[in-house]
Amino acid sequence: MRYLYYPGCSLKGTGKAYDESLVAVFDKLGMDAKELPGWNCCGATAYMSVDETKAFALAARNLALAEQENGSDPIHLIAPCAACYLVLNKVQKYMAEYGHLREVIANSLKAVGLNYHGTVKVRHPLDVFVNDIGLDKIKAAVSHPLKGLKVASYYGCQVVRPYAEFDDQYNPQTMDQLMNALGADAVDWPLKTRCCGGTLTGTVEEAGLRMSYILLKEASKRGANIMATACPLCQFNLECYQGKMRGTFGDSIDLPVAFFTQIMGRAFGLEAKRIGLQRLFVPVKAAPAMA
Amino acid sequence: MSSLQIQVRIKHQEELDPDFANSIAALPGGENLSRCIQCGTCSSTCPVSLYMDYTPRRIIAMTRAGFKQEVLASNTIWLCASCYECTVDCPREIKVTDIMYALKRRAMEEKVYPKRFPTPVLAKEFFKSVLKTGRSNEGLTVTWMILKTAPLNMLKQMGLGLKLLLRGRMALGVEKMEGDPTQIRRLMEQVEVEEKKTH
Amino acid sequence: MFMENKASDGEQPRVGVYVCYCGMNIASKVDVEALRQFAEKLPNVVVSRTYKFMCSDPGQELIAQDIKEQKLNRIVVASCSPLLHDATFRKACAKAGLNPFYFTMANIREQVSWVTANSAAATKKAKALVAAAVARVAMHEALEKKRVPVHADVMVVGAGISGIHAALLLANAGKKVYLVEREPSIGGHMGQLDKTFPTLDCSACILTPKMSEVKNHPNITLWTLSDVQEVSGFSGNFKVKVKRNPRFVKLELCVACGQCVEACVFKEGRVPDEYNIGLSKHKPIYMPFPQATPASVLIDPNACLKLSRGKCASKCVEACDRAAIDFEQKVEYSEVEVGAIILATGYQLFDATKMPEYGYGKYPNVYTMIELERLVNAAGPTQGEIVMRDGRKPKRVGIIHCVGSRDKRHHPYCSGVCCMVSLKMAHLMRERIDAEVFNFYIDMRTTLKGYEEFYDRVLHDGVNFVRGRVAEVTDWAMTPGEEGKLVIRVEDTLIGVVRRIPVDMVVLATAMEAHDDADDVRRKFNISCSKEGWFLERHPKLAPVSTFSDGIFLAGVCQGPKDIPESVAQAGAAAAEALSLVDKGFVEIEPNSAWIDADTCSGCKTCIPLCPYHAISRDEQKKVAVVNEALCKGCGTCVGACPSGSAQQKLFTDQQLHQEIEGVLNYV
Ligand SMILES: Cc1cc2nc3c(=O)[nH]c(=O)nc-3n(C[C@H](O)[C@H](O)[C@H](O)COP(=O)(O)OP(=O)(O)OC[C@H]3O[C@@H](n4cnc5c(N)ncnc54)[C@H](O)[C@@H]3O)c2cc1C
Ligand code: SF4
Ligand code: SF4
Ligand code: SF4
Ligand code: SF4
Repeated sequence: MRYLYYPGCSLKGTGKAYDESLVAVFDKLGMDAKELPGWNCCGATAYMSVDETKAFALAARNLALAEQENGSDPIHLIAPCAACYLVLNKVQKYMAEYGHLREVIANSLKAVGLNYHGTVKVRHPLDVFVNDIGLDKIKAAVSHPLKGLKVASYYGCQVVRPYAEFDDQYNPQTMDQLMNALGADAVDWPLKTRCCGGTLTGTVEEAGLRMSYILLKEASKRGANIMATACPLCQFNLECYQGKMRGTFGDSIDLPVAFFTQIMGRAFGLEAKRIGLQRLFVPVKAAPAMA
Repeated sequence: MSSLQIQVRIKHQEELDPDFANSIAALPGGENLSRCIQCGTCSSTCPVSLYMDYTPRRIIAMTRAGFKQEVLASNTIWLCASCYECTVDCPREIKVTDIMYALKRRAMEEKVYPKRFPTPVLAKEFFKSVLKTGRSNEGLTVTWMILKTAPLNMLKQMGLGLKLLLRGRMALGVEKMEGDPTQIRRLMEQVEVEEKKTH
Repeated sequence: MFMENKASDGEQPRVGVYVCYCGMNIASKVDVEALRQFAEKLPNVVVSRTYKFMCSDPGQELIAQDIKEQKLNRIVVASCSPLLHDATFRKACAKAGLNPFYFTMANIREQVSWVTANSAAATKKAKALVAAAVARVAMHEALEKKRVPVHADVMVVGAGISGIHAALLLANAGKKVYLVEREPSIGGHMGQLDKTFPTLDCSACILTPKMSEVKNHPNITLWTLSDVQEVSGFSGNFKVKVKRNPRFVKLELCVACGQCVEACVFKEGRVPDEYNIGLSKHKPIYMPFPQATPASVLIDPNACLKLSRGKCASKCVEACDRAAIDFEQKVEYSEVEVGAIILATGYQLFDATKMPEYGYGKYPNVYTMIELERLVNAAGPTQGEIVMRDGRKPKRVGIIHCVGSRDKRHHPYCSGVCCMVSLKMAHLMRERIDAEVFNFYIDMRTTLKGYEEFYDRVLHDGVNFVRGRVAEVTDWAMTPGEEGKLVIRVEDTLIGVVRRIPVDMVVLATAMEAHDDADDVRRKFNISCSKEGWFLERHPKLAPVSTFSDGIFLAGVCQGPKDIPESVAQAGAAAAEALSLVDKGFVEIEPNSAWIDADTCSGCKTCIPLCPYHAISRDEQKKVAVVNEALCKGCGTCVGACPSGSAQQKLFTDQQLHQEIEGVLNYV
């Protein structure tokens, strides 16, 4: 299987730790996934609300670039950011479903010397870890089992909805399995896929804050001592606004929120800096086995 | 003297836009608009509906019936966080999220969104940034947005920005794609050309 | 141009063409007047007329009159599908003294006006079809329908209320009935219900008498634990092979005293009880339920130690003073001949775990409706006491309608009965335990006699109705009042707000669906299924209990969701259809059978294995293939396959088909 890595804009900004830890963990597991050369913004959510076709064209450009790297096997393009994962998948589906859209995008790509035939597979790292690499291999790489770490696996919206086929939309399991494989305990909780508020935290703060707060509160109530996320925006909302939540809701919310890849890195004994632990607002040191 | 507030609530057919529903249904994802059975699953599954002036179900009904003004001026379409819950839960396979996007775009086209409301501004800022650099630069875009919509908030957000800076999570410089960013501009221009062609 | 062709019988053909308006059905698309004029000019056509409704008496009279006055010897009617009115017009011909097979139909409704948007195109297409029919009919031959005697016995498959009712009607009419049921007892779903809407009579009280009547009826042979293996033959003369699984208890000896069950080495039940939907467990030897018919215990061979491992003290045998237990029983096969078959195999219920958002299987206090039926039943797992899996009694109950129904991801159709079932249960929960009840519905469907009145009564009972489809059931508490409860999130669409309603118990009104094995069953009986898996009726309005296989009829839910009154009504209709077939004593067979030209047949045997009805054999003396006309269904497989063109089919001769094709092509 041939992989390429599509980090997306957020992993080069607020989600830098996701980028760092993912690359480090890939490295540790002997995975070859170089960054897609020349990639651009996926067109994500905000763009969709200005001009949908342009957003699709942006996404399609990345797929076309990836396809150029096709060898005998089609490329599996790993997109860790939930929004990128969704948009890249969506453009695949919609190009197949809506002829008019397909035509516009194909012609536009052609004008800049590109072509896309629909062969690239867009994958989320959770999918790759659990279904390609396999839990056994991951277990074998664990040098520091995360004893006592109680993880609320938070998948968010767009990793499982509406396109992911690798996990259940209502009660996804892959991240939980992964956490258990690392020696941690995955906490069963009902809000695994409930929206964190997305960009609302920035635009309609009251709404966004409350949505994130609800998640943190329920996770704590179910006994979690850390939350694992799979999306830079979720992580940002859930972690960086905790101070504000304490002020707004008068509640002593204080739950470390890390990228699931950081937690993997920790279990693999990778150095804190390599997996970007220093970038977190809420220190993970407090959580068992994470120091 | 009565202090009872009253308002005329009747709707005359002439006030509705007969083409509104079709124009939305014609977009990718809008095709099942007419099939809604008003069950309310979308509203109840929606994590933001508690703030909406019209629940997603009502937006669907109003769109279908041609209540264009009310729909485009509603806060609902801007509160939608694109979480796709409604889309996967709708028993009639109506892509409600796509319809929300379509309505947002329409509101922006017709310039009827709430004044100083940040989402459209944010969206446009992202758009510009991508056009220039091939990437969206969260830090810069968000700063711009705050300045444009609520300059006073800048101070409030400063703390957060500073913390991000210190942890290397927000670049002061501009992230640029590898290669030739003008390809992005050309691609976008071509999309416009192609869209005109097919219309 | 057309050939001036002589008729098949050497006479000059004199064709009458009749174009039907079908009200506006045809005339709104096809220019019938132009079509008439076109037909008039076709070769051999003597008269060409239009009429509003050709199938009406005056329409038929028109044909009869022309046959007599104009000496017509060939008739073409351009109207609807032959499926509908072939027989009507053939009869009209016969009445006027013309052999009915000198007639053909051009379908310009289903194949033209209903499916063609453009009027000019429709008229053009109709002309082509009429030209083809006129060319073909000249080649028609006089044929006679054959009469074949029928077997008077009937088989009914499935013994729920539908099968029971149909079997009793036939048996009472003096027919011998084989009633085949795959479960150990008859009764079907109705046997599991507590009370029945809208009158709330106790299900067992009205069903049990019919069950024992079945058992005691001299004309009914009841085979439980049985399955149909193979069906061959045709309407009036079916051969059916039935597989009969062992019960390991001699039916004729067992009196259902239960001594053996008491004595079994297992002191507690260990097999989830199907009748109680797994809410209780039974021992390896058990009575399916108190009123089970036949009234006999049976042994589950997988659970019984003696039968599965060969070793057991077999206390059951000791305990039975009638020596009814028989571990040596084996599978038996019975072959019977019947004239008609009624399928009444019913339905299964939607698997609620397919909708994880409702938490069935995850939260113990989420129930399906059929489970609740057992729970409230005095003969159920809790003797009718309504306690939940966690031992508590529910104070507030949420009933969710349309689970798996009206949902494109599962079943697009409405299951029809579950609104009423949900109302019935809401009423019972108010009456029995004074629980607070919420019904969550999308639309309230209470259309039949007495149903709306029942809804009114339940409204008055104080049940809360929320119009909205529930999005999710969780144990996620946001307020103190929600702690420890199941929380239902729903939009109250009539009020326009989202509500969170904490309840103790959730009940899911799951959809009725076709059995998983419906497709296998339909293949066995050579009938069709709708997209959803329901057995397909011959015509949705005019032949609702017939199928496309003559002699096979449908009763009850296997044809589509319905409640008990409708199932019983349909069972009655199916019994009447079966009776009218077998009572007549013979069937007439369409003379469209194949025949083999012995002069040219090379005896290559290509056709023999291809015939799906095993109608062809080889005459070893003449070394040619021969068709058994009684078995031939006129499918034409052999005709297409024969390398020497020796296989021919009446009503579809090469000549007729060539003329038909030429008719179309000449016009196009
Ligand atoms: C929870 C619930 C409550 C209900 N309450 C009411 C009510 O109050 N009033 C009302 O009018 N209706 C009610 N109904 C509807 C009612 O159950 C049906 O209308 C009725 O039972 C249909 O009977 P049937 O004989 O067609 O099918 P079934 O009852 O399903 O009987 C079919 C029989 O065929 C057997 N069978 C299946 N396949 C084969 C096979 N291949 N070979 C041999 N045998 C086979 C089955 O074992 C079964 O015995 C309720 C339904 C549900 C789910
Ligand atoms: S869930 Fe679908 S059918 Fe139901 S109200 Fe919403 S859009 Fe309409
Ligand atoms: S996509 Fe938008 S409207 Fe739909 S549930 Fe999510 S936030 Fe609500
Ligand atoms: S043989 Fe043994 S296990 Fe089987 S029914 Fe008899 S006592 Fe029970
Ligand atoms: S009968 Fe009522 S509950 Fe059942 S599917 Fe139809 S509308 Fe839903």
